[in-house]
Formats: sequence, C-alpha cells, structure tokens
Amino acid sequence: MMASLAELGRFALDRLARLGRANLFLLQLLRALSFLFRRPGLLVKQLHAVGVLSLPIILVSGLFVGMVLGLQGYANLVDFGATSSLGTVVALSLIRELGPVLTALLYAGRAGSALTAEIGLMRATEQLASMQMMAVDPFPRVLAPRFLAGCIAVPLLTGIFTAVGILGGYLVAVVQLGVDGGSFWAQMQAKVQLLADVGNGVLIKSTVFGLVANWIALFEGYQAQPTSEGVSLATTRTVVDTSLAVLGLDFLLTALMFGEW
Amino acid sequence: MKQKNLELAVGLFVALGLAAFFMLAIKVSDLSSLGNDEGYRVTAHFENIGGLKARAPVTLGGVRVGRVVGIGLDPQSYEAVVTMSIDPKYDRLPTDSSASILTSGLLGEQYVGLEPGGMDSYLKEGGTLKLTQSALVLEKLIGRVFTNMASGESAPPKTP
Repeated sequence: MMASLAELGRFALDRLARLGRANLFLLQLLRALSFLFRRPGLLVKQLHAVGVLSLPIILVSGLFVGMVLGLQGYANLVDFGATSSLGTVVALSLIRELGPVLTALLYAGRAGSALTAEIGLMRATEQLASMQMMAVDPFPRVLAPRFLAGCIAVPLLTGIFTAVGILGGYLVAVVQLGVDGGSFWAQMQAKVQLLADVGNGVLIKSTVFGLVANWIALFEGYQAQPTSEGVSLATTRTVVDTSLAVLGLDFLLTALMFGEW
Repeated sequence: MKQKNLELAVGLFVALGLAAFFMLAIKVSDLSSLGNDEGYRVTAHFENIGGLKARAPVTLGGVRVGRVVGIGLDPQSYEAVVTMSIDPKYDRLPTDSSASILTSGLLGEQYVGLEPGGMDSYLKEGGTLKLTQSALVLEKLIGRVFTNMASGESAPPKTP
C-alpha cells in the first residue's frame, strides 16, 4: 500500500522534474537563437532538412485531404441543392482545423522523429560531450538552428498544405463533379475572412504547433538515454507526445478563437 | 556548389510557402481583386438584390453566360446597380432583355437570370438592362401573406 503510494509520488515528481527540465531547455534554446544572426548558413541547412524534404508528403497529403473533403462535402450538400457552398466547406475546414493540425502531425512523423533520433544519437555517440570538451556550446551550433528552422518551416508547410488542399477540393468539385467554379470561389471568398480565419487558423495555430513540435522533438533527443533502446524510445515518445500536445492545444486554441460562434 | 543547391532549394521552399499564403489571402479570403474577365459589361438597376454576391453566375435559360462583377448603389435613386460581365460568345442578347434575381433551390445561392427580349439591336459594352425584377425577400413575402390573412379574416364580418 505504502509502496504503491510512494510509486505514485515518484511518478508525479518525475513528471514535474521533466516538465521543469523541458522549460529550462526551451529557455536555453531561445537564448541561443541570437547566434544564428552570425551564422545563417547553419539555418539554411536545417531548413532544407525539415522543410524542403517534408514537401512531398505535405503536398500529396494536402491534395488528397482536399479531394476527400470535396467528395464528402458534395455527397452531403447535394441533397440540399447547396453544392455551391462546397468551396466554403472545404476552405474553412482546411484553414481552421485540418491544415494546421494535419501538417503538425505529419511534421512530427516526418521531421520531428528524425530530429530526435539525430540529437539522441549525437548524445549516444558522445558528439555533444566532445563539443563541450572543446568548449563549443552545442546549444547555439546544433540545437538552435534546428529549432528555428522547424519553427519557420511548420507555418510555411501549413500554408502549402492548405493551399494545395483547396486546389484538390476545386479539382474534385469543379472539374470532376461539375460544381460551378465561379460560385465555388465566390462563396468561399464571401465566407472566409482574412484575419479571423486565415490569420487565426493558419498563422497563429501553425506557429504554436511548430514551436511545440520542435521543442518536444529536440528535448526528447537531448534527454534520450544514450543507448539504441533509449533513442528508439525517445523517437516514439516524440511522435506520441507531439500528436497529443497538438490535438490538445488545437482544442484550446479553437475554443479561444472560434468559441463564441 | 553543394551549398548553392541547398540555398536554392530552401529559397524555392520559402517562396512556395509565401505563395501559398498569398493565394490564401487573395484567392480564398475576402481580399479578392475583381475584374479580370474579358467579357463585355452590362449594368442593371434593381430595387433589392437580396443576397446576391459579386462573382455570382449570370444565366440565360439555365446556361451560364457571364458573372456578376460588381455591386453598387445608385446615390440618386437608391437602387442597387449590378454590373455583369457577359461572355463575348453571347453577343446577340436583345437590348430589351430582362434580368431577375433568382435563387437556386430553397437554400441555394442567388444568381441573375436573363430573359431574352425581341428587339433587333443587341447589348454592347456599357449597355443597360431596363427591365428588372428584384430578389424575393422571404421576410417581406411572409409579411404579405400574414397581412392578407389578417385582412381576409376581418373582411367576412363586414359583408353581411
């Protein structure tokens, strides 16, 4: 009885300590960011790794998500003769929810896990320790460029995902199913607001998700046990934790942004 | 060389991302720029346009012949001025054609329906449709039904 209670206490303290370490880690990361003004080349390399190389999966998933939305929306709206609102349905669901959330989830799988594995292996093979031996701080050189590159890449990827998704919806609705193209765009433009929808949905949400996804990925890698098992565990945890954090935060942000409707 | 390619790829990626945001701002949300059609412009005055929106279709016999490009208000007559762009393919619309604002389905969007007239002269750039019929506003219609019903009920006692 006492033992299990102590176990619970140890678990809670463990979690709390981990949260504290994660926050200190984020502070250190933010403090190291200014180094990138002197070495922007480091940033370019990481932007290529997390941004450019994530493009194929983002483009393909965006297109298919948009096309599925178009098909499903059409199947439901055609009963009411309201197929001209299909553009609104596709654009609003992509801009407000699906674009930011799915991009963040895909990013966690495609780039976040790779970041964790990379940092975790750097630790396991004592590359970080040897940098410190040479009096080189790994934060500005290794971690900060990856963090900033990720934070820049996620909103851009979200924008691309959303735009491609809307084009996919257009393709299915107008080209295949014969919805009037003019009213597809007209109804969309009438209902989608630049600041309230695109600003809140795509811009703010994706920025928050990008920050969280990269923070978790780098922290898990940095904290990973320096064994092959530890690195694999950390990689799994990155994907799971990022997904949970993104979905939870999405609900919170949606409630704050669109709650009063 | 390697670094150059890397920078090129990243530059393309950033440009693509910005282009996506640009598209979301211009094409998808309300910041759209109007007037890139090459059709001829025709205006019509309506008492009430209901929920007609710019870029709504203009049809003749159910076939789309153009779209609404602008909606304004005539400051003298307080009438709505609807500017339509008609596809140059359909350049033989009689000048006495009439325009009415219709709704597709019960809950659908509103569009402009044209009825061809019988004149020999045809509409040109800057032409005006004289005969128009306003949009059906549901509240007014219901109000009229109610007043009819009320007057219908009060009328019979007076007659005997």
